[in-house]
Amino acid sequence: MNFPQIVQYSLSGITVGSIYAITAIGFNIVYCTTGVINFAQGEFLVVGAMTAISLSRVVPLPVAIALAVLLTTALGGLIELVFIRRARDASVLRLIVITIGLSIVIREAMLHIWDETVRSLPYFTGTTVSTITILGAHISPQILWVLGVSAVIVTALTLFFRFTTVGRAMRACSDDRMAARLCGINDRWMVTLSFMLSAGIGALAGCVISPVTQTQYDMGAPLAIKGFTVAILGGLGNSMAAVVAGLFLGLLEAFTVSQFAAAYKEVVAIVVLLLILVFRPSGLFARRDVSALRTA
Amino acid sequence: MMRLRMYYPVLVSALLIVALHLVLAAAHATYYMTQVTMSAYYALVVIGLCLLMGYAGQASLGHAGFFAIGGYTSAVLTTCNLSAFRDAPAIAALRSIGLVVQWQDLYGKEVLSFSPWLAFGAALLLAGLIALVIGLPVIRLKGHYLAMATLGFGLIVYRIVLGAQLFGRADGVSNVPAFRLVDGLQVNGRALFRVQNYYIAWVVVLAAMVLAINLVHSRVGRALRSIHQSEEAAHSLGVDTYRYKLATFVLSALFAAVGGVLLTHYNGSIGPSEATVMKSVRYVAIVAVGGMANLWGALVMGVLLNFLSLRGVFGTYDDAVFGAILILIMLFAPNGLLRVPNLRAVSSVGRASALAFQRVVRGRTTSTRRSHG
Repeated sequence: MNFPQIVQYSLSGITVGSIYAITAIGFNIVYCTTGVINFAQGEFLVVGAMTAISLSRVVPLPVAIALAVLLTTALGGLIELVFIRRARDASVLRLIVITIGLSIVIREAMLHIWDETVRSLPYFTGTTVSTITILGAHISPQILWVLGVSAVIVTALTLFFRFTTVGRAMRACSDDRMAARLCGINDRWMVTLSFMLSAGIGALAGCVISPVTQTQYDMGAPLAIKGFTVAILGGLGNSMAAVVAGLFLGLLEAFTVSQFAAAYKEVVAIVVLLLILVFRPSGLFARRDVSALRTA
Repeated sequence: MMRLRMYYPVLVSALLIVALHLVLAAAHATYYMTQVTMSAYYALVVIGLCLLMGYAGQASLGHAGFFAIGGYTSAVLTTCNLSAFRDAPAIAALRSIGLVVQWQDLYGKEVLSFSPWLAFGAALLLAGLIALVIGLPVIRLKGHYLAMATLGFGLIVYRIVLGAQLFGRADGVSNVPAFRLVDGLQVNGRALFRVQNYYIAWVVVLAAMVLAINLVHSRVGRALRSIHQSEEAAHSLGVDTYRYKLATFVLSALFAAVGGVLLTHYNGSIGPSEATVMKSVRYVAIVAVGGMANLWGALVMGVLLNFLSLRGVFGTYDDAVFGAILILIMLFAPNGLLRVPNLRAVSSVGRASALAFQRVVRGRTTSTRRSHG
């Protein structure tokens, strides 16, 4: 492998990796406020992209994407209000099973709304063939869009959680729900908000990646597995570590494809998942006390 | 007394099975028996999963993987052509004791391959070993982690059968021979063998039920239920929770593998669709509808829902139906549809009557326990 090739693989790895990171952050947001892994997280990306693709036929692309993100955000909120809130006293096992059921129903609904066709949004700037040359590697400008949007999402979320009242209230809920409630925080709305937020960033990520990877109704589940792998790798609830872990998994996959058959690309993430679950379920960067999560 | 009573449902279901045969025969609709037979094999997976989920309280999203391991192992071993090694001493020796057999495939071609009995043994051994190797680390995990780990395992199995030439890629393995159990009895999907296969399947399923019932009512079953209710409490009372959970995991994997082997011989083929995550989720949904810790519920729902699905009743909404079932059951009836309304619900109507009711029930259980011990 020569130098430009390495750059090429690295950039494509970082691109998918950043999408995995966003998915993982979506998992983390919901996990922090509810203690539940939302298996339907991957579906949010596909719903967002599919909605934007349909809307882009009637309205300009930026408007279509904005509307799609809003609609998916609303869907996330709706799911929490209708299903999760009703089962708030349920055991973790029950909640997991509910979100698995939701992911299947959403996926099947998408199959009936948008059929099996592989679709994609148009490139945000330029066309399929336009390239930019970086260090001898030729890349699509869309990759810069993906990286840029991911960076904006991560920065915005960090600022949101650190400096706004609502963001701080959400963090308080994830820290100690009872204490937060005693401080006058409406913890139920924080849970709803966390679902909306994770759905919204998922939809945005789904839109920016759509021109590169294409979108099909059943793409949610593999994305969810990888997002979960990344979330675990970084340690559940740790969003900054999720970014690092996401880029790591993306790079690992990219270089696997360069060496082995593409069919085994999926297996890489799962093997990483099984290894991390077996040897370090609290994540690579975890503090000691977080390992208590293993029995959560 | 107590011991006999728990087998009554087995007797009743045996009668129902015969009655169903007679009804179908009278209605000239024996073709339904084919799907009932297939559903019975799927129900085998559900019974095993019910032991794991309902009694040991461990979720598995990878049981289709064990079903596929059983089915594919048997399919590959009974269809591989050993004709080239006909003269090798090992093959000749196996042939003389009937473990390698010669048969004709659909096109009349002579095939020399391992006997279904050998393949059956190998499939169970392999499924059991894999379950043990996977289970050793994974069963220590809880909640999400266990669900995701088993899901990951199921996905790997799916990717392997879809990607490997040995397993026929997307086409799967077809032309699997019939499984001659003894002379005159064989697992064979052709219409000629429909009635005997209906009974073979049900004998296997009822045997599995008896095994499961015995297990649940034994010391092991009590240990499992104590784990389900409070693992810490069970552990502190000296129950080796890890070993019991692992053993149940392996046992439920074996149930799935038996179902896989027999259905593969019955259908004459197996494809990657048997290994999908959706299949695993479907088994979980059925256990949930049956009422989690309810073996009979699992059996009834396992046969019923699979039968409806195989008949194509759900049409293109097949997967959606099972997803919706999961959501609805978990939201509104986490104890399943086939549960006697539990006492807590009664107490909201009238606390006093509920207390009296409970006293009666409690009195009865203690008296049976006394007469039993």
